[in-house]
Amino acid sequence: MKKDIILAGVGGQGILSIAAIIGHAAVGSGLYLKQAEVHGMSQRGGDVQSHLRLSSGEIASDLIPQGKADMIISVEPMESLRYLPWLGPEGWLITSTKPFINIPAYPDPEKVLERVRALPHHVALDAETIASGLGSAKAANMVVLGAASPFLEIAYEELEQAIRQVFGRKGEDLVKLNLDALGAGRDFTREHLNQ
Amino acid sequence: MQKNLFLGDEAIAQAGIDAGMSGIYAYPGTPSTEITEYVIASREAREKGIVATWCANEKTAAEAALGMSYAGKRAMTCMKHVGLNVAADPFINSALTGANGGLIFVVADDPSMHSSQNEQDSRFFGKFAMIPILEPSNQQEAYDMVHDGFELSEKYRVPVMLRITTRLAHSRANVARKASRPQNQFKLPEDLRQFVLLPAIARKKYQKHIALQQHFLQESEQSAYNRYMEGDDLSLGIIACGLAYNYLLENYPGRKAPHPVVKISQYPVPSGLVERLYEQCDAILVLEEGYPLVEEMLKGLLNKGKEVRGRLDGTLPMAGELNPNLVAAALGFRQEPVTPVPDLVAPRPPSLCKGCPHIDTYIGLNEAIEQFGKGRVFSDIGCYTLGALPPYESINSCVDMGASITMAKGAADAGMHPSVAVIGDSTFTHSGITGLLDAVNDKSNITVFILDNATTGMTGGQPSAALDHIEDLCRGVGVEEEHIRVIKPLRKQHEENTRIILEELQYEGVSVIIPRRECIQTLNKRMRAKFKAKAAENK
Repeated sequence: MKKDIILAGVGGQGILSIAAIIGHAAVGSGLYLKQAEVHGMSQRGGDVQSHLRLSSGEIASDLIPQGKADMIISVEPMESLRYLPWLGPEGWLITSTKPFINIPAYPDPEKVLERVRALPHHVALDAETIASGLGSAKAANMVVLGAASPFLEIAYEELEQAIRQVFGRKGEDLVKLNLDALGAGRDFTREHLNQ
Repeated sequence: MQKNLFLGDEAIAQAGIDAGMSGIYAYPGTPSTEITEYVIASREAREKGIVATWCANEKTAAEAALGMSYAGKRAMTCMKHVGLNVAADPFINSALTGANGGLIFVVADDPSMHSSQNEQDSRFFGKFAMIPILEPSNQQEAYDMVHDGFELSEKYRVPVMLRITTRLAHSRANVARKASRPQNQFKLPEDLRQFVLLPAIARKKYQKHIALQQHFLQESEQSAYNRYMEGDDLSLGIIACGLAYNYLLENYPGRKAPHPVVKISQYPVPSGLVERLYEQCDAILVLEEGYPLVEEMLKGLLNKGKEVRGRLDGTLPMAGELNPNLVAAALGFRQEPVTPVPDLVAPRPPSLCKGCPHIDTYIGLNEAIEQFGKGRVFSDIGCYTLGALPPYESINSCVDMGASITMAKGAADAGMHPSVAVIGDSTFTHSGITGLLDAVNDKSNITVFILDNATTGMTGGQPSAALDHIEDLCRGVGVEEEHIRVIKPLRKQHEENTRIILEELQYEGVSVIIPRRECIQTLNKRMRAKFKAKAAENK
């Protein structure tokens, strides 16, 4: 088993939480893992990405070679496109459709979504609205993770267990919110694939 | 075996705790910050009584670590590459004093300048100081090298450099811990003049240091971190240093290159291993993260030997960090074309946070200084450096920690007026105070903004050494009381603030303006914690 994943978003959108959940679940599944994060200056409202590599064998490079990623998981649509050079020919792009506009030159959001939908393997969902419906827009990152979960080759229960571990300290309400968000994202992808 | 998911930085921190370290001293700097942060937050470290603290700057941190080593205990000091410039004096001289308790300088380089103003390679500094350098290729080695680094340091009574780069510092992987070792007992140096670098003593110490070099080389030759790996295809021999070794393996599915490979993770460069490779192979490819240190040594001035490929001949770019694709190209592999980034994707540079106090300061400064024209504001290193970008474009320099005040002084001496410096609270106590003293002594005509957001913001909100000290420090170095002006950078105070700024710009002498409002990030963090505590109370 090998999964190379690019996580993308804007500083502060919670991509490191997605990485932490997958990381816990991967270790729970006995997999090797390497995860390169971006810290420091870029976190101030700039584009951030993380290279997350899972494998049943040892992993050499902390960085994913271009054209080799199995997935791009993004909490922002334009950011999902920034990493297309990394996506393999059979790779999936999973992104939230809600734009985060903090720059004057942000392109027409419709054109961004058109480009996403032109990809042969994609899941695009309004994670923020789904998360708001469940109680808090802040859980949008877990909705996106849920939408990516059918492609991860990690048991869904391991992801749930990881959410309990990571959010457990912060109270039962937050655990439930994030579990619900994960489930809503997964359901979206299942329906999307059935269509 | 206990497995942990550690950042490279965290692996080093945990290794320090496990290897009997008694103290860790640092000033925050990406990508080194998380090492000290981890130890400060560690309950285990607290229970063991390990001193973990942020210092005013990298120099004071390194000297405190050297002092702990003097007292026989194991100490670590951590910094980013440009932080080593600040700590260069104690660093170079500690090579001659040597260590008593084990002493490790952890230096995190930032090739590609993700969060830095240059990409200098600290291995050159290690070579300059003539001390052993350890350069891990993965997180497990980073962990193990702290244990072995302390041993090496105590065996030869010499400080050891542990050099990492951004990718290792900020990448997470499984790491196995070793058994915990007790801390050293307090023990003075056997020779009470060991640390006295009077010329007559220093000359002897230097001779001793020179004599140690052959032992350091021998350690490198025999180090388990340096390896010679056989390969059948002798058309090329490969030298892979530190992290570059992973990028090499990434390009061979079986994780085994067909060429002979020398992996280097401990310096001085193991010349025996390299010579064997050179004799066996037709050409040599050097893969190293940073400047071409090994490549240049191998080529020599005249480059009359076998072909040596690397950054110097264009096989790899001179600038920037390596990655699997660059290494693939260097190995001559054809690469499949990839999907380009669509044209509509716009750059998204970092920016000041919504609600950041610096925004209001810059808007006020821009308005007040407009009548004098652009190009008169020297800045420093911190979040406020983002004021160089639109829409503010308020500042005209960013060089090194503390350079704002001193450059403003120099420009004022050249007749520029107004001459303005913009420096953060933490940067001020790092390296700004001495420059302010120079300006006061010369009655220089400058206006200094000390942007007091009560934290070290850019690196994630570490405590600022300047907290509650700024006015006292300014008075202490002799700034006149009536020209120390505190303002509150808020939109509703804009007019009053702009008036005060203008007054001080017009004053002929040293004036200090302190825009004071808490960093929006730390404020939010504090409010969340408060809210949570209250919610817990009400339950």
